[in-house]
Amino acid sequence: MNIIVCIKQVPGTTQVEIDEETGVLKRDGISSKMNPYDLFAIETALKLKEQTGARVTVLTMGPSQAELIIKEAFMIGVDDGYILSDKRFAGSDVLATSYTLAGGISKIGSYDLIICGKQTTDGDTAQVGPAIAEHLNIPHVAWVSRIKEVNNQSIIVEQNMEYSFEVVRLPYPCLITIESNICTPRLPSYLNMLKTKDRPITNLSLMDLPDTSESNYGLKGSPTQVERIFKPEHNVEQVIIDCADTDGSQYAYELLKQWKFI
Amino acid sequence: MASINIDSELCDLCGRCISVCPFDAIEEMETSITINAACRMCRLCIRNCPQNAIKIEEKQQLIDKTDWQGILVYAEYYENKIHPITFELIGIGRELAAKVDMPVYCLLIGHKLKNISQKFLEYGVDTVFVYDNERLKRFSADLYANVFEDLIKEIKPSVVLIGSTSIGRSLAPRISTRFKTGLTADCTRLKIKKNTDLIQIRPAFGGNIMAQIITAHTRPQFATVRYKVMNCAEKCEPHGNVINRNTSRQITTSSIDVLDIIPKEAAPSITDAEVLIVAGQGVAKKEDLELVKELANSLGGEYAVTRPLVEKGWADYTRQIGLSGRTVKPKLIITCGVSGAIQFTACMNSSEKIIAINKDKDALIFKIAHCAMIGDLYELLPPLVDKIKGISNYEI
Repeated sequence: MNIIVCIKQVPGTTQVEIDEETGVLKRDGISSKMNPYDLFAIETALKLKEQTGARVTVLTMGPSQAELIIKEAFMIGVDDGYILSDKRFAGSDVLATSYTLAGGISKIGSYDLIICGKQTTDGDTAQVGPAIAEHLNIPHVAWVSRIKEVNNQSIIVEQNMEYSFEVVRLPYPCLITIESNICTPRLPSYLNMLKTKDRPITNLSLMDLPDTSESNYGLKGSPTQVERIFKPEHNVEQVIIDCADTDGSQYAYELLKQWKFI
Repeated sequence: MASINIDSELCDLCGRCISVCPFDAIEEMETSITINAACRMCRLCIRNCPQNAIKIEEKQQLIDKTDWQGILVYAEYYENKIHPITFELIGIGRELAAKVDMPVYCLLIGHKLKNISQKFLEYGVDTVFVYDNERLKRFSADLYANVFEDLIKEIKPSVVLIGSTSIGRSLAPRISTRFKTGLTADCTRLKIKKNTDLIQIRPAFGGNIMAQIITAHTRPQFATVRYKVMNCAEKCEPHGNVINRNTSRQITTSSIDVLDIIPKEAAPSITDAEVLIVAGQGVAKKEDLELVKELANSLGGEYAVTRPLVEKGWADYTRQIGLSGRTVKPKLIITCGVSGAIQFTACMNSSEKIIAINKDKDALIFKIAHCAMIGDLYELLPPLVDKIKGISNYEI
């Protein structure tokens, strides 16, 4: 069995701020790390590896620095790593990103199961996983909260819906996205680090993909455009009560009565 | 469908673009500047280039937008329940449709839908398209995507609105990808231009910043919309019709088998509560949550928490308000010791009345509060609860 896990490098903090005077994003202190939700996807793959002897490959797309998260995945116990890196991938939205990743997956070749984290902490869209499945024309199930059974032809999983859990069987090849906090991701190990420090990472550029037409990638292949970014507005009429000089509880009580909550 | 180009004749390698790029996406080569795959197209480099050497090239319009008419709303029906977001989608759908003079359609998928389909007409929908078949009884993304494809090919809608729910967020990317068009997730505001381009606004980069996104050159324009952000449609005199569509084998066959559905234990839902009292990090100990719970009880509401409290294990994540939790829009919300990070406020700032209690007079939460109370929750809450309880005793 072959498992491919799609992972992403994200900014180390989500506290991106705009400088009010210049309208420029403040970049100070933006470090990078592996998308935390991907750790659950890798852990799920490694558990399946222990159970079935599957081979686990990670795939990422990003600038060459994103190799760092592949090395981290090696240290956790992943077997192979691929990075899709090409300046022509720049500015990809969901459609172009998922198309590029699907191309990378086709290039890697044989796969039974593709696992993604449920979303990323920078985009928060949760769309890339299902979109990859559509490009590859394979079934998918999102929000998987438990792997119930796995055999040679199919996998049975529990899907976390709003008011219920749906138990479903998917035939291979298929894609699942993993809920967070369903397992405890193992930590990178020093032993694995020594074992894998010379392990090669395969670099894929646009020319390595099945479709080499530039117009399907990056900005050119992205139907959505960010027209502008702006700070959320705050404009409410408000009263400010300093409880140092007003009886706060009495004021709140009167206010709630006035608003007819009591 | 655009690209950023750097004119090497004009570029003097000053490096300004490299320093303003928030994503480290610009690299200096020996004789030129290049943009790498980390680019998110925020366009700050374009605005900041002193030489005007960075330009954006837009592709020519390829499609005739007038061929695509109507706002299609996905009516989410699961386990015999209409998801309430459907009426919010119809509400915003009608607002948008009125601006560009388009019809509003609903797509309803499931089994035994006869009485359900009429309901949407009462909210002003022009046509409800129904796919009713036993094999469509249970949701799976590939199956429902096939149905969607069938209808979109038939009616060619300009805009497709889907709830940002477990089902919607799994389904929407499949269909938008099938039509090779744009999808914007989790929109919190929608407007529409005269040329029918949908203006999609959503929190980005973790929520500190809002992004305005358009799908300028392809149709349909797909958007998923956050629950409890838009206003519900008003009821009106029905004028629309219901069309039952054919459900051929081809579109009702899935490779996924739904084996079982296990209901979750019904937990009190913070998204349905009309009054919410929220505990933030100003609450010092887990036991002190009782203060907040008591106030919630006395007002007949529910208590909720911020993310750090869930991380400490003080409360279940189903009680968490925020981008990684729930969005709420109660009639009244009282925040106790909540600082007001944007990830939190973005998900509660459309509440009708907001009272914020915080010791720090500069707390961000005060910016969005109707009543900002600078004070200690430990001194405020106990007498307030006593007063509220006092009056209810008196009335009984």
